[in-house]
Amino acid sequence: MTLTLEAPADAPVAAPQAAPTDDGAVQHHDILLIDYSGELEKVWATMLLASTAGAMGVQCKVFVTFWGLLAFVKDSRRITGKNWMQKMMSFMQRPGISHRKLSKMNFMGMGPWMMGQLAKQQKNASPKELLEIAQSMGVEFIPCQMTMDMYGLTRDDLIEGMGEPVGAATVIGLMSEGWSPLFI
Amino acid sequence: MTTLEIAQRVDAKGLSCPMPIVKTAQAMKALTTGQLLEVLATDPGSVKDFEAWAKSTGNPVVESGAEAGVYRFVLQHK
Repeated sequence: MTLTLEAPADAPVAAPQAAPTDDGAVQHHDILLIDYSGELEKVWATMLLASTAGAMGVQCKVFVTFWGLLAFVKDSRRITGKNWMQKMMSFMQRPGISHRKLSKMNFMGMGPWMMGQLAKQQKNASPKELLEIAQSMGVEFIPCQMTMDMYGLTRDDLIEGMGEPVGAATVIGLMSEGWSPLFI
Repeated sequence: MTTLEIAQRVDAKGLSCPMPIVKTAQAMKALTTGQLLEVLATDPGSVKDFEAWAKSTGNPVVESGAEAGVYRFVLQHK
């Protein structure tokens, strides 16, 4: 038996091309980064993409959730949370963007320290610098309300300039409106 | 090389991705329509990156070139 596969008549022939707008710029798709991981390498990638989106005039929001939110606690905060378990969690994994660990080859902080030194030699911007650039270029960082409750974090524990805490419905809403998502 | 009236210069030599683009975007904000921005960079990736930036923002690259490992871009504020 031969089976012939035919595309339905209404199937698009090719992906739609980005059409230039009147002023010559390419029509942008808005970008939604989901910053889920708290490891140094993932946080760095998120900040790099967010700051670049800002520099390119692409509208970008970053939903900060689970371990990702730890990078958005002020560096000066050491123990956070309300109950003993939340406090213990913050003791075990120090919050703050300058205290992120590598997922591999962390070696008690040797790995991140060496990464930092190499980045300085190469004149790479640190995650913290990139975060500040992204914020100054209009990228909005939105904390996850559920994660804040889980860790017992208040708005005051988080860095300045973050958006209103929201939930998953807002994220799904943005995606369904056509924001291109990237889960990091 | 033609002599262009450069309104602002950005020295991004030695900086790596995405800083040349970031510095350019920041400097471009201070300019007005038609003004030219000259950027010097040493990051080889910046050749493609500036094309992408120009396409995305609509600020065209009016002149580009490389000399002794330094890339030069002249961008016009749209």
